Amino acid sequence: MRSVEVHDVTKRYRIGDRWGGTVRDALSLRRSRDPRWFWALNGVSFAAEEGEVVGILGRNGAGKTTVLKILARITEPTAGAARMRGRVGSLLEVGTGFHPELSGRDNVFLNGAILGMKRSQIRERFDDIVEFAGVERFIDTPVKRYSSGMYLRLAFAVAAHVEPDIVAVDEVLAVGDAEFQRRCLGKMSEFAREGRTVFFVSHDLGAIAQMCERAIWLDAGRVRHDGPAARSIELYVAERSREVPQVEFPRDEAKEVQLLSVGLTDEDGAQVDAPIRDRPFAIRVRFLVRRDVGGVDVGVSLMTRNGTRVLEESWSDRSQGVAPAEGTGVFDVSMLVPPVLAANDYAVGVSIASPYQRFVDEEVLTFQLWPRPDDRRELSDRSRLVQPEVGWRLESRAPVEPVEGQPPSQ
Amino acid sequence: MSLSSRAAATATESLPAGARERKRWVENVPSRGWLPRLDVAELWASRELVLILALRNVKIRYKQTVLGVGWAIVQPLAAVAIFTIVMRRLAHIPSEGIPYPVFVYGGLAVWIYFANGATTAAESLAQYRDLVTKVYFPRLLAPLAAVMPSLIDLGISILAVGVFMAIFGVAPGWEIVLLPLWIVAAVATTFGVGVWLSALNARYRDVRNALTFLLQIWLFATPVAYPSSLVHGAWRFLLYVNPVAGVVTGFRWSLVGAQPPGLAALVSLATGLVVLATGLVYFARIERRLADFI
Repeated sequence: MRSVEVHDVTKRYRIGDRWGGTVRDALSLRRSRDPRWFWALNGVSFAAEEGEVVGILGRNGAGKTTVLKILARITEPTAGAARMRGRVGSLLEVGTGFHPELSGRDNVFLNGAILGMKRSQIRERFDDIVEFAGVERFIDTPVKRYSSGMYLRLAFAVAAHVEPDIVAVDEVLAVGDAEFQRRCLGKMSEFAREGRTVFFVSHDLGAIAQMCERAIWLDAGRVRHDGPAARSIELYVAERSREVPQVEFPRDEAKEVQLLSVGLTDEDGAQVDAPIRDRPFAIRVRFLVRRDVGGVDVGVSLMTRNGTRVLEESWSDRSQGVAPAEGTGVFDVSMLVPPVLAANDYAVGVSIASPYQRFVDEEVLTFQLWPRPDDRRELSDRSRLVQPEVGWRLESRAPVEPVEGQPPSQ
Repeated sequence: MSLSSRAAATATESLPAGARERKRWVENVPSRGWLPRLDVAELWASRELVLILALRNVKIRYKQTVLGVGWAIVQPLAAVAIFTIVMRRLAHIPSEGIPYPVFVYGGLAVWIYFANGATTAAESLAQYRDLVTKVYFPRLLAPLAAVMPSLIDLGISILAVGVFMAIFGVAPGWEIVLLPLWIVAAVATTFGVGVWLSALNARYRDVRNALTFLLQIWLFATPVAYPSSLVHGAWRFLLYVNPVAGVVTGFRWSLVGAQPPGLAALVSLATGLVVLATGLVYFARIERRLADFI
């Protein structure tokens, strides 16, 4: 039976001079009369049935979260209509509404009520929730004393016991350990078996492939493809791999030292569009020094999407403190990364500093390190950081000897 | 599609009958027109959430305080002492034939409820920013839950005023039976002002800075420390436009038997209703886009 109908939904935000702020902004005559608009969604239509798990994929800013917010009625569309049959539960962020000063018990009731449960329902499920979270001993402790894992488990346990008819889940897998992620996915499959409709936003294509029969690919606020998950993922990946991971910065005469560009190359310095994990690649940083600031040092860091720093190196680490850039000029520096990192999304951070001053320190680029074509994409990918060529070998095989006094098992 | 709809059909059959009937279509469409939608059924359905949010406010307020609820007595007592010294001893303000401390406490009790309630309500949406952008709930619950916890303080204050009345030998008259009505009026007025402030503060954080200052002026524009009979001529319009004046006068009359509220006080009550109604309209209008700009 139909449970969700989204018809030609458009959502527009104003860029720059945002609504809100201070009274002075509102009264200001200099407010631009020609606001620039950002179309988060631009004529999106789809429908879903009960028991369906629909994956939503797309790059950052494609409108994935906005779709969920419209389904959950957190924000209203600028035009178009969304109709949902039954109660919509959103899991846009685990632990929303938890208050650090209150005990675990109080927070379960508070959060349950916020997510739409009645007191009697919460009381009924309280023991299940606490058991699912595994925090029995600490249930009367303020959650500010919880470890982040406990906090997350309790929050998810509450959300998982709300039992809405339609569930909108955003990137829950981006946080928590592998065990927690497995539980999340298990609970979502269970939702679908019970006839609920699940919308599942993720960057993790492996998780979408595993969870969803169908996936919607959003691109710049429009539906690019809506169909079997495998096909949507294939089309999306084909397009993403054509993108060039390279950023350029406009020249700014006011800066003594500035970044000009950051990009990926292969070991020979040729630009690469889609680095693959079993080949070395280099991160090339081009920067400009306008005034002699006493030599600058360049640092590059790599971070996975869930915030784990996997690599942080600077030029001086490898060359006894000698700065690479003495005097002025345009410098091209590259750092070669050996093929050890796991296939994942990475953010590149760059820092440029003289002994006295830090000129640049920011995250400048994200790119995807692609799996090898013969890699099996699995959920566990996200919890590993390195993927070097390990060797497997069967060392020996011996027959099973029966234990005395027991009949041999089948 | 055929495969998934077959799976869906079997799943629906296994649901209990009640669960299937409970489901209704909800819509999310752009709101049009000038008058907002006010979903009373939805508000009623979320009454438990209001209580839980209110309880949360109470618990948080007294967490890690030594005095706890004692603050509900200390705060007004200090004000009563100051007013008694300044207004009575130094300025010789009359007090409608009852001992001044009883008179001023009777007014302060409800004023402090108003001031605390309005302040908490002003912060309510901004404070629930995470919730507003991540979860759907009727947004009106935030200011509604904010004006409730202070009712506990008001109750304690009423008892304390009773003790004062016993000490100073003031007996309550028949008007005391009207007290619940005045409390309702106080809640409605505070909620009205609170709704305005919460919506404004969600949009302009200036409200936070202006409010402390505003409440100080407001206290002196309200007949709390002085009787309304003291206000003459052109200044009298202050009583008409001030929605709290009527509540304070009426509450004090009912509790300690001061002068009954006159025409000015009744007009002031009506002003309060106007504030509430316009506040609800304004709130509903910004509520639509709240998650986008808060």
